[in-house]
Amino acid sequence: MSAPQTPVVEGRAIVQDYHVPGGMFARAKTVRALKGVDFKVEKGKTLAIVGESGSGKSTLARVIALIDAPSGGELRIEGKPVDIRRQRPGPEMRSKVQMVFQNPYGSLNPRQKIGDVLMEPLVINTNTPAAERRERAEAMLAKVGLQPEHFNRYPHMFSGGQRQRIAIARALMLNPSLLVLDEPVSALDLSVQAQVLNLLADLQDEFGLTYVFVSHDLSVVRYIADDVMVISKGEAVEQGSREVLFADPQHPYTRQLFAATPVTDVEAIRARVQRRKAARAVA
Amino acid sequence: MALLNIRNLTVKFATATGSFTAVDGIDVSVDKGEVLAIVGESGSGKSVSMLAVMGLLPDTATITADEMTYDGRDISRLTASERRRLIGREITMIFQEPVASLNPSFTTGFQIEEVLRLNLGMSRSQARARALELYRAVGIPEPEEKLKSYPHQMSGGQCQRVMIAMAIASNPRLLIADEPTTALDVTIQKQILDLLMKLQEDYGMALILITHDMGVVAETADRVVVQYKGKKMEEADVLSLFEAPQHPYTRALLSALPENATGDRLPTVSDFFAQEAAR
Repeated sequence: MSAPQTPVVEGRAIVQDYHVPGGMFARAKTVRALKGVDFKVEKGKTLAIVGESGSGKSTLARVIALIDAPSGGELRIEGKPVDIRRQRPGPEMRSKVQMVFQNPYGSLNPRQKIGDVLMEPLVINTNTPAAERRERAEAMLAKVGLQPEHFNRYPHMFSGGQRQRIAIARALMLNPSLLVLDEPVSALDLSVQAQVLNLLADLQDEFGLTYVFVSHDLSVVRYIADDVMVISKGEAVEQGSREVLFADPQHPYTRQLFAATPVTDVEAIRARVQRRKAARAVA
Repeated sequence: MALLNIRNLTVKFATATGSFTAVDGIDVSVDKGEVLAIVGESGSGKSVSMLAVMGLLPDTATITADEMTYDGRDISRLTASERRRLIGREITMIFQEPVASLNPSFTTGFQIEEVLRLNLGMSRSQARARALELYRAVGIPEPEEKLKSYPHQMSGGQCQRVMIAMAIASNPRLLIADEPTTALDVTIQKQILDLLMKLQEDYGMALILITHDMGVVAETADRVVVQYKGKKMEEADVLSLFEAPQHPYTRALLSALPENATGDRLPTVSDFFAQEAAR
């Protein structure tokens, strides 16, 4: 084993442009959604990408998940440069990187049974025989905390949290090394969110998974991330380990984000209640 | 005396598979100038009880209550025209999706002026002047220009400001906000919450804030009602709720907050109910 480990995923100066075609009244224009972003994630670690809507965080997630080709820069998966514009990624590369989307209601085909949802990645990317496909799908159902009888049910029969478990199970069917999670718990209730975050932590330990976790929620990020990247208007304004970044945010935007996040600390509530009482006494 | 007083409210929906009870014997009361947060997860009936007050539920809903009074008047016995005078003037409401709450084919200025003309009987020029005033009050930049903007030309935060402007147009005594910041970014959420709190203080109106977000509760509420599956679990002032939650469900919700995590695992609500059952 060589001493410096190769990062599972590494990006250098990733640039993404979107071309907005002109219409009858509008001129065509180019929007630069990512302005040269660098990052790397070591095996078994979680990189959280934090930003607000329009910051480019989902664009970056789609580039990392090999869905969109970046307009510029270099993406390396396990040390190998990957350019999906030049060469379509083969089954092997597809198996390495999988993605879980935000809305579990939109990311499952309503006409596909859960068993078929889970077996489809194997049908497309591998030559696994049917019996084994079924076996692996059933095993995966158990892994994510669902029952064997769920195999023949349709997505509408499940709650949001269960659907997100199914989406995670589907992403894990090919034994990926990297999982890109785009706001995986944003659509879920607080108690269900806790269950899914626990599940993700368990799966990471068990399979040595590497996560790229896109989120706007700083309290979730603080809980799950090893490293954090704060992204604003296509630029990574701050990057660092969770401890350092949360203890001592440097960039004004990061500080603004922290200041806007509601706090549930009892002392802060006490101070607010007292301020309000004082204001009322004056009035 | 409480401004809005509801006792033993039950809302049932007739469904294909029989009757479903969405709200089961809830008591809610809010005083003049008070901020009440109703907090719960999806399916807790937190929105349904307020929609019942506003008369916005579909015909499939059956509403029963021992008491439903606003300022001493029985809401359930109002005639249609009395109700129209009350709802939209004295009691107003804003919703979760600001962009969807506005009509995409009219300018926001037209829509707020319509409220002013129809509800308050203003003339066109009065309505225009008042709309401008309201846009300034809710902090919309370049208000003259924005009155001529369509909803799609404005950001989500700005659309929510327009909705708030409409809701406070008649100087209501009670504003019901149903998840007003859920669709917005945290920095925008902060602005909107600050705005709601400021307006609430300036106008002395009561505010009922329906939310699933404990952070929002912590930053705004005077008093909190926790609902779960249509039932009230706990009611307390905000400080006692966070400091010493009484009901196991409240404790479960608070400990499921990632910022309260101790150790590697987040306790879940089902863990708590399992513990309670084991006791």
